[in-house]
Amino acid sequence: MGENGAGKTTLAKQLNGLLKPTLGRVTVDGDDTTKKSVAQLSRKVGIVFQNPDHLLFSETVREEVGFALKNFGFEPGVVVKQVERTLEALDLAHYADTSPFLLSGGERKRVALAAVLAWEPDYLILDEPTIGQDYQQKERLRNFILQLNSQGKAVVMVTHDVEFVAECNPKVVLMSKGEIVAQGQADEVLSDDGLIEKASLVKPQMAKLFSQLSEFGFPRDVVDVHRAKMLLGEKLSEVRVRVAQSS
Amino acid sequence: MAGTQGEVIAAHGLGFQYAGSTSKALEDVNIVIRQGEFVLLTGPSGCGKTTLCRCLNGLIPNFHPGEMSGELLVDGVSVAAETTSELSRKVGYVFQNPENQLFALTVEKDVAFGPENLGLTREEIRDRVDWAMDAAGTVALKDLAPYELSGGQQQRVALAGVLAMKPSVIVLDEPTSFLDPRTAEEVMAAVDTLRRENGITVIVVEHRLDLVGRYAERIVVMDHGRIVADGKVEDVLDSEFDRLSGLGIGLPKVSVLWSLLKRDGLVSERLPTHVESAVKMLSERLRN
Amino acid sequence: MSLRVLNGFKFSSLKTPVHRLDPRAKFLLVIGIIVPSLLFTNIYLLVGLLIVQVPLLMVGRVTKRWLQSLRAGVFLSALIFVVNFFTGPLVNAVALTLRFLLLMTTFSFFFMTTSPDDLGLAIDKVGFIRWLSRRWLGYPNALSFTFTTAVRLVPTMAVDAQTVVDAQRSRGLELDKGNLLKRVRNYIPILIPLLLIAIRRSLELAEALEARGFPGKERRTSLFELRFKPVDYLLLGISLGGIVLSFWVFFHYHVPTI
Repeated sequence: MGENGAGKTTLAKQLNGLLKPTLGRVTVDGDDTTKKSVAQLSRKVGIVFQNPDHLLFSETVREEVGFALKNFGFEPGVVVKQVERTLEALDLAHYADTSPFLLSGGERKRVALAAVLAWEPDYLILDEPTIGQDYQQKERLRNFILQLNSQGKAVVMVTHDVEFVAECNPKVVLMSKGEIVAQGQADEVLSDDGLIEKASLVKPQMAKLFSQLSEFGFPRDVVDVHRAKMLLGEKLSEVRVRVAQSS
Repeated sequence: MAGTQGEVIAAHGLGFQYAGSTSKALEDVNIVIRQGEFVLLTGPSGCGKTTLCRCLNGLIPNFHPGEMSGELLVDGVSVAAETTSELSRKVGYVFQNPENQLFALTVEKDVAFGPENLGLTREEIRDRVDWAMDAAGTVALKDLAPYELSGGQQQRVALAGVLAMKPSVIVLDEPTSFLDPRTAEEVMAAVDTLRRENGITVIVVEHRLDLVGRYAERIVVMDHGRIVADGKVEDVLDSEFDRLSGLGIGLPKVSVLWSLLKRDGLVSERLPTHVESAVKMLSERLRN
Repeated sequence: MSLRVLNGFKFSSLKTPVHRLDPRAKFLLVIGIIVPSLLFTNIYLLVGLLIVQVPLLMVGRVTKRWLQSLRAGVFLSALIFVVNFFTGPLVNAVALTLRFLLLMTTFSFFFMTTSPDDLGLAIDKVGFIRWLSRRWLGYPNALSFTFTTAVRLVPTMAVDAQTVVDAQRSRGLELDKGNLLKRVRNYIPILIPLLLIAIRRSLELAEALEARGFPGKERRTSLFELRFKPVDYLLLGISLGGIVLSFWVFFHYHVPTI
């Protein structure tokens, strides 16, 4: 996470070899990225770029999703099966023979995601996946990411959408001006005034709320609505009981 | 030059269907917006928000052909009677993608573009450009090229370019989608300041209610081409909370929190729409 | 031949007296240098014309870039020299190579010291172009606007091109492998997205244009105006004089190569 220009996408591109380090080393599963090609590294590290229009070129969604599989040399039979599976998983099966260009913005984003998930990379990097999405679309995305993660895939999200991250509560790496300024759980990092300031972000609403309620003994590292409700609920019930007792 | 009683926008039974589409993008839209209001227009994707905005400055039906029904008046004049060029003097439009609305080679030239089209004298253009660039905070950028600017700077320049037309209404269609949260807040604050200092009517289309909710007095919610809620932000959020949730609209987290607490009977006040009011209400309760 | 030679034609945004010259005067100067260099093969003349531009390049502070582009253009100049060496006298080969370098220098000088804005403004003033624009596109300022917009979009499209290449490489596309046919086919996943992005961008820009009142009235006022200064008139005079002189000499004398 970080503001625009902090270096998030630059770092992401180091992970599949699109960019090579000028100092230091990047390894993926032990392999030095300077010793492997982008195609080789991409087998394990899949990047879903922000704008789907940078990827789409095929006549049908099916071909689009199968493109990478063909590049990686999968058998035709396997390609067909993987494409079917991925289309099902992303609710795109009914669009299989449609031109990707006829789909809406949100649907094209799903096709782009499908195109990368098709080869089931171990590490999935999503570059700004929430931009321009409405709340429902973000909900669906969040559930999907959590599902992927529970299947054992590593998911890296490059984003500045603090509320979305607050809902997922993942590990957060904060960047600013090309450096990593903090690493930790989302609720710790995003509720820290100093770090937020350094990374030029804003605190999630819950964190803002609780930082102003510390006089009542609440912890500061609250970013999730449900945890907030629980904590407030307890205290408010206590107050209610106390008020009832004293009257 | 507003219409009856300061009405700058008045729609009666407005409907629209894009050419080649089988369903109506707008259906029976009735709305009246007064000069100086700050309206937040929201709704799930595809609800017709952008379509409505396009009707306001003539892009519909001139750029996006289709069938328009009903009536839409801007500053008292029907949009059907005016060209996009004429309407651009009354309604400014800031688009979602910052870079694709800047066409000149330098910021100064881009801001001058609109007034140049109006056929004003060179002195008038100079005055307007200087004023607009100052009002939008872009004077320092004046010799830079569009691709050298950050997203936030680009949106400010677009804003300056629109301001230079001296419109009575400015429509901003998801202007902060591509901006990081801090820049988004700065741009929204700048828009609100401009409105208050110049009496411009502002309509912002946005999914993130917490971002705009603190500046907008009025919220209009659309779904499937119709207006389903219209009123003061606090009122609508409070009375229509469940329905809005059902529509898939991203409500401010403090409001969500409040509704959860309310369900358990722990609070009874009206839903707060931003953190400050929530802090106040909670502090009062907890101090007792 | 590397792409670095293109650097010698990119506008360098400095504010030197040469940059401030009216582009129309500069263009006539370019013509004024090209005409004699095409009419004559006299080596002294060609060298002279080349040397005369050096002070201009220095005042414009673009000498370093010019030298860089010359170095990058060495291959092509060598080719010209060799071809002519085998098809004529040595002095001819020298002259023609000099002519190539001279032409390259002149155009390089022009494009390095003339901003695309000014070029656009200059084009906008040319009566013929306005007429053509009105006949062909409907508005007198459309052609010059097309030109400035194209220039404005170049850096943006360059970024997009890089992103598309990155995105497709991340899907396993290898652009440097395979035979010629395969390599050409591999560019389809690059060109199609780029084309579509360009189209989509054009549509968005068109919308934004209309939203700002384009094309507006018939007679658009421009905030900036090109105005001839005394030094421009001087330049115009010299260039015109040189052109006329060149033609007169050409038709009356035979000037040898050496």
